[in-house]
Amino acid sequence: MDAVVLSRLQFAFTMGYHILWPTFTIGVASYVACLSGLWWWTRRPVYRDLMRFWARIFGMGFAMGVITGLVLSYEIGTNWSGFSKAVSNVLGPLFMYEALTAFFLEAGFIGVVLFGEKRVGPGAHFFACCMVAFGTLLSATWVTAANSWMQTPAGAIQDANGIFHAVSWPDIVFNPSFPYRVSHMVCASFLTGAFVVAGVSALHLLWRRHLETARKGFSMAMWTVLLLAPLQIVLGDMQGLNTREHQPTKLAAMEGLWDSGHGVAATLFAWPDMAKESNRFELSIPHLGSLYLTHSWNGEVQGLKAVAREDRPNVPIVFFAFRIMVGIGLILLSVAITGAVLRFRGRLYSARWFHFVAVGAMPLGFVAVLAGWTVTEAGRQPFIVYGILRTAQAAAPVSTDAISMSLGLFVIVYNLLLLAFLWFGARQVWRGPPAERGEPQTLTQARPGGRGIALPGAHAADPLLSRTSLTATQEGSWMPR
Amino acid sequence: MDASLMFAAVSALAIVIYVLADGFDLGVGILFLAAPRDLDRDTMMASIEPVWDGNETWLVMGGTLLFAVFPAAYYVLLPAFYLPVMMMLIALVLRGIAFSFRLQTVRYRRVWDFAFAGGSLVAPFAQGLILGGFIGGVPMQDGVFSGGPFSTLTLLGVFSGIGLVAGYALLGAGWLIWKTEGATQVFAREVGHAALLLVALMMVVVSAWSALTEPAVASRWFAWPNLALLAPVPLVTALVIVAIWRSLWGPRDVLTFQLSMILFALGFGGLCISLWPYIVPRQITIWDGIADPQTLWFVGVGIVIVMPIVLAYQARAYWVFRGKTRIHEDDSGYGERPAIQSRRTSAQNNSLHIS
Repeated sequence: MDAVVLSRLQFAFTMGYHILWPTFTIGVASYVACLSGLWWWTRRPVYRDLMRFWARIFGMGFAMGVITGLVLSYEIGTNWSGFSKAVSNVLGPLFMYEALTAFFLEAGFIGVVLFGEKRVGPGAHFFACCMVAFGTLLSATWVTAANSWMQTPAGAIQDANGIFHAVSWPDIVFNPSFPYRVSHMVCASFLTGAFVVAGVSALHLLWRRHLETARKGFSMAMWTVLLLAPLQIVLGDMQGLNTREHQPTKLAAMEGLWDSGHGVAATLFAWPDMAKESNRFELSIPHLGSLYLTHSWNGEVQGLKAVAREDRPNVPIVFFAFRIMVGIGLILLSVAITGAVLRFRGRLYSARWFHFVAVGAMPLGFVAVLAGWTVTEAGRQPFIVYGILRTAQAAAPVSTDAISMSLGLFVIVYNLLLLAFLWFGARQVWRGPPAERGEPQTLTQARPGGRGIALPGAHAADPLLSRTSLTATQEGSWMPR
Repeated sequence: MDASLMFAAVSALAIVIYVLADGFDLGVGILFLAAPRDLDRDTMMASIEPVWDGNETWLVMGGTLLFAVFPAAYYVLLPAFYLPVMMMLIALVLRGIAFSFRLQTVRYRRVWDFAFAGGSLVAPFAQGLILGGFIGGVPMQDGVFSGGPFSTLTLLGVFSGIGLVAGYALLGAGWLIWKTEGATQVFAREVGHAALLLVALMMVVVSAWSALTEPAVASRWFAWPNLALLAPVPLVTALVIVAIWRSLWGPRDVLTFQLSMILFALGFGGLCISLWPYIVPRQITIWDGIADPQTLWFVGVGIVIVMPIVLAYQARAYWVFRGKTRIHEDDSGYGERPAIQSRRTSAQNNSLHIS
């Protein structure tokens, strides 16, 4: 293992873990803002309860995103100093703008979103939620602009020492692949977030608890995915066309296509063999490849053999990751359509089998996002700035032992974090939306005590804090049925 | 005033803001396990909960700003300090998550207490290792770092680490004296003395050590006429230390915090004087390490327009949660977090005055 491979492993690992949280929080931040607005507008308690419930889960995910992102902003220097040296004039400002416009905005208003609802009015709370949601979108925009520039560099020139210099900022930010990438990623986040909301609501429906909020949440989420699942496939197709134009080798690896040609087949399954430059066990449909890649029957598509062996990415990784992403996209689309059919028949809240399906679909969006980023990043190899700067030249002069040690620590700490998040998240989900004190619950409320163990028919909230005790008047105001 | 000077000033400002802002909330973490009761710990955490995230964002801001404006500092120093940087990052990760999870559990509260306090202790120590190694200088060849993973870890770094931990603890104590009352405040006043003595000692040790081992630093301070011109810096620092000592049991709750920030600013000023005009000591000056003019323009426009707005709403966040932090026995509608109530109260004259 040399330093480059270890650094790539470490970056892939820390990046893969990091991207889970933004994917979740970009979608949920907008959902919370939407709920806060609806609560302000309609004054219906169901929106308030949903908003508080999702704000709390959002807060946990947000903290995860912040600290794992902090690690990345320094890893670019610690592990990729060659890259930093070459591109700092171009990408430095984009990262700086991300911190300046997005991170501060999120950090400045997250306190009000999480703890300030009772202290500021509903209007001010809605404003804070919008600012946080806007911050997540801004952050996605800047960082995707930076990544897109690495895929499709524009607006900069490279001097004899290999240092890039900015020529035109609009061209750098709005580089050829940027609009497609940012919309595809934001849509993926909204879709993933909506499937998480759908899954959690479905769990509540299955448990027959918190029914009012569960139905509302489920309904909202199913409308959202019905809109976004087809849109995401369209956006993905558009990005595919863009990739064919600007990164033909990556596209060839995604398709497992070795020979350039007209009217190429679409490979459904194969085992790409890089040594033999061919696919084993290939199963393909003639002409379909050209049809969806060029939108014409005999369109030309470039194959992998068009470039030298040392300029090709690892084909199997890109090939399979792409199929995982597309497969999940199609599964989510079918879930969305099924939901619409059930709604049309008035069985959306009663079809229990479908609620199981919705719970099962909860993690799929995250898997698709990871697979998609694997396609785009592994497909860019062996270049770090596509076609110009090789990854091997970008690494830092750091010893392999040091990287191994940090990588080992990250693996341990991040996995613990994920487990802790899932554990506490699951407990929040089990507990469900918080009850407003003094309001009788319309539906069954079983709220667990200190250890997250449900006591059916238990009395109102014991907010877990050992020192908290309900006074007699509060006890009296809550009438168990 | 040329661009290098302006951006050096902006970068220095970002670093100072980070050190002061995250300094006190790391300091609260350093003092965390020493606090006498769980209630004190809950109050301490509640006092920084609404602002820590904004404070830590300055670390990202500082890093990305260096990347954009003084790239050489970024791509030379970060690999040079690989181990302490990673130590700091992992410590900050553990600590940040403790904010989220500590209040959600009763049985494992102690585990998160340790994660929070441990992270808050390791991160400043790692920053001190970086600072000490930075003063000592990094080996370079062909414009990149050319040492091993341990070549920048020095005894000076260890002293700086202890000094930073103590300094942050002092800032944290000052913050707690300002934001809490009763037993928590008494604890902060008491622990402030120890922190102050340690800071003062380490400031002397690090300054003397730098002057003795780095001839360039010594000639900067002791050559005539610098000696006369720069003499006020250590003298004022000594006065501030005395003033902090007196303020710890003084009637004005906010004074210790203010003076501690001044002490940090003086220390940072001294550091800048020692190392001027290098961004990588004795290797790269601020004029050699500056980015392209078109990059600086793009960055500068953003800073001029956005930075004041950022400072304004960060200040507003402190204003919203102004006054003494209290945990009152009610839930804030979100179930399980102690609400952070704040009211403006007159400073309490402590009856436990024992000076």
